[in-house]
Amino acid sequence: MAQYQDELDPITGRKELVDGDNVTFHDVTEAVARPIEVPSSRWWIAFIPSVMLLGVYLISIAYLLYMGTGIWGLNNPVAWGWAIVNFVFWVGIGHAGTLISAILFLFRQKWRTSINRAAEAMTIFAVICALQFPTFHTGRPWFIYWPLPLPNQMEMWPNFRSPLLWDVFAVSTYFTVSLLFWYVGLIPDLATMRDRAKTPIRRFAYGLFALGWRGSTRHWLNYEKAYMILAGLSTPLVLSVHTIVSFDFAVSQLPGWHTTIFPPYFVAGAIFSGFAMVLTLLLPLRAWFKLEHIIGIKHLENMAKIILLTGTMVGYAYGMEFFIAWYSGNPYESYAFQNRLFGDYWWAYWIMVSCNVITPQFFWIRRIRRSVVWLFILSIFVNIGMWFERFVITVTSLHHDFLPSSWDYYSPTVWDVSTLVGSFGLFFTLFCLFVRYLPTVAIGEVKSVMSIANPHYHGDGGSHGEHH
Amino acid sequence: MPAIFPRWTNNIPLAVAVLGPFALAGLVGFVWYYFSPKYTDVGYRPIQPVPFSHKLHAGDMGMDCRYCHNTVERAAVAAVPPAATCMNCHSLVKTDSPRLKLVRDSAETGETIPWVRVHQLPDFAFFDHRPHLAAGVGCSSCHGRIDQMTIVEMAQPLSMGWCLECHRNPEPNLRPVDQITNMAWDPATDGKAYDAAKDPKRKRDVNPPEHCSGCHR
Repeated sequence: MAQYQDELDPITGRKELVDGDNVTFHDVTEAVARPIEVPSSRWWIAFIPSVMLLGVYLISIAYLLYMGTGIWGLNNPVAWGWAIVNFVFWVGIGHAGTLISAILFLFRQKWRTSINRAAEAMTIFAVICALQFPTFHTGRPWFIYWPLPLPNQMEMWPNFRSPLLWDVFAVSTYFTVSLLFWYVGLIPDLATMRDRAKTPIRRFAYGLFALGWRGSTRHWLNYEKAYMILAGLSTPLVLSVHTIVSFDFAVSQLPGWHTTIFPPYFVAGAIFSGFAMVLTLLLPLRAWFKLEHIIGIKHLENMAKIILLTGTMVGYAYGMEFFIAWYSGNPYESYAFQNRLFGDYWWAYWIMVSCNVITPQFFWIRRIRRSVVWLFILSIFVNIGMWFERFVITVTSLHHDFLPSSWDYYSPTVWDVSTLVGSFGLFFTLFCLFVRYLPTVAIGEVKSVMSIANPHYHGDGGSHGEHH
Repeated sequence: MPAIFPRWTNNIPLAVAVLGPFALAGLVGFVWYYFSPKYTDVGYRPIQPVPFSHKLHAGDMGMDCRYCHNTVERAAVAAVPPAATCMNCHSLVKTDSPRLKLVRDSAETGETIPWVRVHQLPDFAFFDHRPHLAAGVGCSSCHGRIDQMTIVEMAQPLSMGWCLECHRNPEPNLRPVDQITNMAWDPATDGKAYDAAKDPKRKRDVNPPEHCSGCHR
């Protein structure tokens, strides 16, 4: 398998994280900063369709505000339609960024440095998309501050026993911490952009957000401490946020929802979908911005391995749900799962299983893990599958609830579809603006994991592996 | 490289960190106080088309509330009387008063007097006078000392929190059912002396709803 051999670091013997001989610190800065300073026309190819989709989103929301939630396909048993499906989908996407930024940081996984910036940005934008859906699903988004414990003349107080309220706090905490983490990590690179800026506006804008960073030892000391603390704060959030999202379902008593496997199953699914979305975004990004030597094949391969692991966990959870439905001897529970397989929404279930259980298994094959084309195609399938997972959970459980007389078939309207498609416009527009104006790779951190950053490195003249 | 920002900008983060929480708390406090019906609604006193004085009629002359608002014990809404009710007396009293011209016209033509409504609940709040009167909540508990008002104004905020205060603990606002129109009933003295639970005339316990659908149906 010599063709898959990655270059090794001459000191540590581990895989080199930045490819290419004699890549200097300055080369890394140039590689990341150039595409921002001298934008490529290709950026517009991504940005214009994104903004058009954003327009679709804004029209959908404007019409929704004018007409009310009646324009969606919600009906009486299925009061949680696509809005909640999309909410869970988008929140799940976000989890990869937090996992990369927090857990991999605490475990000293140095390969995270080249992908963490973009993944964290993705997290923030995904959470922004996610928050749209419950906000508008309330039907009266102007009262969205009601879940907050504020003094008011109505003497209304949030119901702290409701998982929906826990969700408000879980997701808003998650957003705040993710944003802070992302921003703190950006400060040294913003200072780099400020110092390279040629125009006064750029110098002012980057300088404002760089908070006077000069790169002194004291600055770095404070920075690293802050980063460590935020990583510590974010780590439980990786597990807690989707756990609480799963409580929205699991704490209720509906067959198909009321299961204890939901929290770990949701977290695994969230990381699974999040890494797929990271791949979907990074594969074009590294090609168009010529960052292949920084976001290397080995980074992609590592992500594919995480997708394989979490995808298999999700597959296990699917199997276990059926086992428990049978083993519990509860007729309602077994009916709910039979209904998933062979009921009205059998097609959604089988799309979900094909995409989520079969797709990741391709990543056992190394050639596929290291092929950008395969990675891109399979990541799209995972994204589709994870959306359908949320659809299956939400809709198939609700449409046949306890009372057969209220059973109904739910189908989305054109406005459900346009809101979902439009939310991708919101997501991609934000991501395009991010790659246009901010360094997509953590320049300072990547430099610290290069071979030449090691004090024992003496320059090797291209003779890797012979230095001891 | 010259400095991009002047030196004083170094203080901005500190100032934001220190003043930010106060500003936020101040904003919440501002909305809480100034946007509340206690501030916006209490004291609302529109000028009415006819300068009718409750002080004169209900206070000095001691007319019963129910002489005019006659449906209050039997309907959700306490009726505003037709001009005919006014004319019961005013066909004999002050028959030439220019201030009563609108009343006389109304009685003749049937055109309603365009009274301005003072106590207005929003449509999503269901309110019925009957159970309140049956429970022994006096007129003055919600409408204030109408018998002392020349022009009627709102004495209470009629906000949800204000309703809930009494629904959670109705005792202090209860009185014997034959005292409901007694404007002089003082909850501080008469109310203290009265125990609704021991009143033999009461047919059932007072148990006001506190759940959402009690008022939002």
